[in-house]
Amino acid sequence: MAGMTRSSPYEVTTRTRASRITAVAAVALLALLVVLPLFAGRGLIQDMFFILTMLVLAQFWNLLAGYGGLVSIGQQAFVGMGAYAMFGGVILAGMDPIPAILLGGIAALIVAIPTAFFAFRLQGPYFAIGTWVIAEVMRLVMAQAKALGGGTGTSLPRTATREMWATEWIAGALDVRNSAARDILTYWLALALAAATIAAIYALLRSKRGLALSAVRDNPEAAKSVGVDAGRMKWFVFLTSAFGTGLAGALIYVQKARISPDAAFSVTDWTAYVLFIVIIGGIGTIEGPIIGVIVFFLLQSLLADYGSWYLFTLGIIGIVVMLVAPRGIWGLITERTGIQLFPVRRRLSGGSLKED
Amino acid sequence: MIWVDTIVQGVLLGGLYALFAAGLSLVFGIMRLVNLAHGDFIVMAAYLILLLVTLLGLSPFVAAALAAPIMYLTGWLLQKHLLNRTLGTDILPPLLVTFGLSIALQNALLEGFSADSQRLPTGAISTASLDLGVINVGVLPLMTFGSAIVVIVGLNQLFYRTELGRAFRATSDDPTTASLMGIRPGDIFAKATAIAMLVVTLAALYLGMRSNFDPSIGPARLIYAFQAVIIGGLGSLWGTLAGGVIIGLAQTIGAAINPEWQILAGHVAFLVVLLVRPRGLFPRAVD
Repeated sequence: MAGMTRSSPYEVTTRTRASRITAVAAVALLALLVVLPLFAGRGLIQDMFFILTMLVLAQFWNLLAGYGGLVSIGQQAFVGMGAYAMFGGVILAGMDPIPAILLGGIAALIVAIPTAFFAFRLQGPYFAIGTWVIAEVMRLVMAQAKALGGGTGTSLPRTATREMWATEWIAGALDVRNSAARDILTYWLALALAAATIAAIYALLRSKRGLALSAVRDNPEAAKSVGVDAGRMKWFVFLTSAFGTGLAGALIYVQKARISPDAAFSVTDWTAYVLFIVIIGGIGTIEGPIIGVIVFFLLQSLLADYGSWYLFTLGIIGIVVMLVAPRGIWGLITERTGIQLFPVRRRLSGGSLKED
Repeated sequence: MIWVDTIVQGVLLGGLYALFAAGLSLVFGIMRLVNLAHGDFIVMAAYLILLLVTLLGLSPFVAAALAAPIMYLTGWLLQKHLLNRTLGTDILPPLLVTFGLSIALQNALLEGFSADSQRLPTGAISTASLDLGVINVGVLPLMTFGSAIVVIVGLNQLFYRTELGRAFRATSDDPTTASLMGIRPGDIFAKATAIAMLVVTLAALYLGMRSNFDPSIGPARLIYAFQAVIIGGLGSLWGTLAGGVIIGLAQTIGAAINPEWQILAGHVAFLVVLLVRPRGLFPRAVD
């Protein structure tokens, strides 16, 4: 380990037995999910796409609010800008939708810089509403973009979606129709994005920077006193999460292939649902959003027919969870069992210390 | 002359936004709580008034007077039994609980009253106007602005001239010490939210008489209220009125140039103030 004397009998470790089992299980699960399109129907693939993209959004909101202490309710700004930049790349610049997804991430990153500049002037709850106002500004500005459909929106050109990278190959190799091949391609991209997101956030939290991040969240004054630059950490977390959210937004709209300002900048779809997923699963943990998105999907499948009662129920469940079990379902599980699948806490072992 | 008219309309619209914002400002000043469901409570009060108008055949003013105690009680119960449990050093619980409340309230209203636009019946007053020589000014916008001033004077009197106001200020400064002096912070907070709901009822009355409303418009009202509070500077009620006027002016002038720019112009004015005066125009509170 860096920074430790070589002769020390002590060792700093974050690994646990559960985390080693998780690592093996995660690889097996990933392999299973990669080959899923070979035997799963189109409906399941579309459901999995929804679950995986919501998981990415939830992980990035969790990074922002659960680790960075920045409670944003304006994440729809980055979903929308990512999606619109991808549409712009395809419609205005004639790009292929797949590389245009990257453009979506970059666009979200760029608009996040002035957003942070304004929003960081507001503290706590006012930061939350400030991010929402900025998202509204972007929605109203994009509604003026006549080339991208203005207020009513537009669709991806049929030629662009039909000739999308790799779809022909997938259609041939798996012997499916072009439209199904497109779903499989976006599913694989969502899977890759979700896996990369979880791996990157886990790696970040185990690094020195992750330690600094938790220190700022738990006590900004104490963190500053040991040399952590709290302002820089806020910027880092905000921009990282904007980039990831923008990528997810662009990917979601490659699959949807139709955009409008009200849908792409929807506070319900891209922030309220995401908050619900993180809160119910357990904020401030990597496991929380994973559990949350599964619960959310099950609730949606059960209650979606009830229209507005469904959203009413989500709101009430969110309130109850926040009051009764503020650490969510995963918080309850770790409290009882002490299991951590993605441990980030550093423990000292070796030497005269006994590991328990 | 059209510009004078636009500016007068904008200033008067600011009165409505100040009414939206006064309750938010009051609650934040005393307990550092931002109620994200504030706009939805305004819409809820508007539906309550509408319900009383249609069921009992009352005028909107009488109906609002009847709705006020109901809203007062709602605010008291809400704060006492729900929001007080979320207060603390962590900002997440109050934000997320009131956000959940906002979603639940919007959808309950949608289920109860449908998505159709509604309006409070106003009779002759909605079209009545005063001829001020160069321009005509609507009676209703004038009443709204007058009510905003009355509310702000009233709240300031309450704050600085009464025993309850002293308890508000003491709890705001230091709840622990205040509780040593025999004040129960939980009860004081409940009274503050209850009083904020009275202002919400008044705001709902004017909202419902001046424009159409439906269950989805709450969050936008919250945003206007929030912008008025931030532009004015935290802790200053007169500042909140000034903030409301700035948003109202920006929106009316924006709309005069291009109807599609109305809302955007208000947001841009807010961002400009945030850029040049991050603590607002008349900051009083330290936090």
